[in-house]
Amino acid sequence: MGPYIVRRLVWLPVILLIVSFITFALGRFGPGDPVEVLMGQHSNPEVVERIREQRGLNDNIFVQYGRYIWNVTHGDFGESFKYRGRTVGELLKKKMWVSAQLNIAALIVSVGLGVPVGLFAAMKQGTGWDTVAVSITLVGQSVPIFLTAPGLLLIFALKLDVLPTHGWEGFFSPNLVLPAVAMGVPGVAIIARLTRASTMDVVSQDYVRTARAKGLPESIVRNRHILRNSLIPVVTTLGFSLASLAFTSFIVERFFGIPGVGNLLIESVFARDFPVINAIVLIGTTLFVMANLLVDLLYPVMDPRIRLGASQIA
Amino acid sequence: MRNQAEATFSEVPRGNRSYWVISVKRLLRKKIGVACLSIILIMYGAGVLSPLVTPYDYNDQNLAEAKQGPSLTHPFGTDRLGRDILTRIIYGLRTTVIITVITLITGSLVLGVSLGLVAGYFGNLYDTIIMRVGEVTSAFPEIFLVLIFIATIKPPITEWVRGLEGTLGIDIVKLGVADYLVLSLALAIFSWFGMARLVRGQVLQARENQYVEAARAIGVSSPGVLFRHVLPNVMGPIIVLVSAGLAGVAGSEVFLSFLGIGVQPPTPSLGLMIFENASISVLRTNPHLLLFPVGTLTLLLFTFNLLGDAVNDAFNPRAR
Repeated sequence: MGPYIVRRLVWLPVILLIVSFITFALGRFGPGDPVEVLMGQHSNPEVVERIREQRGLNDNIFVQYGRYIWNVTHGDFGESFKYRGRTVGELLKKKMWVSAQLNIAALIVSVGLGVPVGLFAAMKQGTGWDTVAVSITLVGQSVPIFLTAPGLLLIFALKLDVLPTHGWEGFFSPNLVLPAVAMGVPGVAIIARLTRASTMDVVSQDYVRTARAKGLPESIVRNRHILRNSLIPVVTTLGFSLASLAFTSFIVERFFGIPGVGNLLIESVFARDFPVINAIVLIGTTLFVMANLLVDLLYPVMDPRIRLGASQIA
Repeated sequence: MRNQAEATFSEVPRGNRSYWVISVKRLLRKKIGVACLSIILIMYGAGVLSPLVTPYDYNDQNLAEAKQGPSLTHPFGTDRLGRDILTRIIYGLRTTVIITVITLITGSLVLGVSLGLVAGYFGNLYDTIIMRVGEVTSAFPEIFLVLIFIATIKPPITEWVRGLEGTLGIDIVKLGVADYLVLSLALAIFSWFGMARLVRGQVLQARENQYVEAARAIGVSSPGVLFRHVLPNVMGPIIVLVSAGLAGVAGSEVFLSFLGIGVQPPTPSLGLMIFENASISVLRTNPHLLLFPVGTLTLLLFTFNLLGDAVNDAFNPRAR
């Protein structure tokens, strides 16, 4: 257990360094000289040269990269090309918080609906209810976000007129309901299917039979023996679904007019605002890698039989 | 002696019970499999033959007929420039066809299979290098890297294609060749690892078989062993993985075009059409602008997923 965590923790900064170097190098050698972009079209070559010298853009790429990393670890992602005089951090901070809230809401929808539906289907195994639940999840998993978002908008905002169509008014507002549901639907389907499969697997285990045989009340068998074991695979997928959630959030933000990172990313791509793109890629990657690490570390807490050792790493 | 060996060898496939025949028959026996295959064939056929099957050009503008609903002359209606939406969807399918085919052939089949074969068969240093590089690339969400990769390499490649156009004298930039090239390249670079890992695992198993030992013993060269004896035995899982990857590649193209770094206008793409109309005001006034492309995309992804399942059932020996 100990060595495993250490290895993972050592591996983490290595991966982040590789990613950050790739993004940095691509951004630096990419199109659009940062100084020329900053100066506009009528730039004086002498001024450009002076600014380059001032900003250290004539240094060795590794020196520049080192400086960039130093600044990034101190929360400074540089200055946006598009919004003159505003730092990337300042631009991102507010929008990231909005996107984070959207993602959390979607995750709550996915887990909050997915686990009960999966448990329900497993308990009603073989009946009509099971078939209904399974077919709904199958459809839910294949429907792209491009259909869910406008579909929900059409039904609940335009036809029934019960929920607002777009805008952002914080976490506890009806504005968040439709986007969170739209984002959560694929997660509901995946988590429900997984919960159903793993619950059915656990129910047929010997220890469940033993627990029942020794006369434990059904509620204890369910909560302690079945539920806890059947949720292990669900926790695993949470790490992965976080990443895919991030991408659907880009699409959902566009449909529902939410001022989050997704819209900023689209803007920055159009404007070739590399400092912003770099920062988003770097932060997104870091979060993804950390989420996966966290999930891995949660395993042994949930299932004491799992001992993370050298044999599991390979 | 030699005749005898040939005679017994030729006995084997004669019963029409080879792996391929059985698998394809199993696939065609399934109604869902056949239905998916036909839908995909129709969509891909329409995409490939798009200039022939569409009554209009994707850029034919007619402002007098802008934003019309579905009618006999325009089955899916027209967009805000009066362009026929059905035509643009079919051309958008052409984009999907090109991207999925190029990406899967270069990324999964060429890069993935050959690297997997090398890693599994030669082992040692090759194995270590290929697998470690793959693990690092798959340790973070690839779409981020694809994104920044495309944003960076696209302008130089577009320039290069322009230069090529100058020397060849053909108008190829307008066809969106540069977009297709960059997009497929980026997706391929970051999508080979799944296939390489699968092939490597299969090769590690196949390598231990006696026929491989025998082939090596009689002096068959390494490429000979790999392509004549090892590869045919791992083709089943390869096909399963390729068919399972179709939806992912098509979805990535749509997603990237939606973000504005995929296919550029005026080249039609489903992702672009959705992006342009992804707003509440369009839904309120002209929902057909959004719903037809979205419906096509949903149908496409749905059939890809079902086909992947059906192919898995048919080609996976363990499913028998």
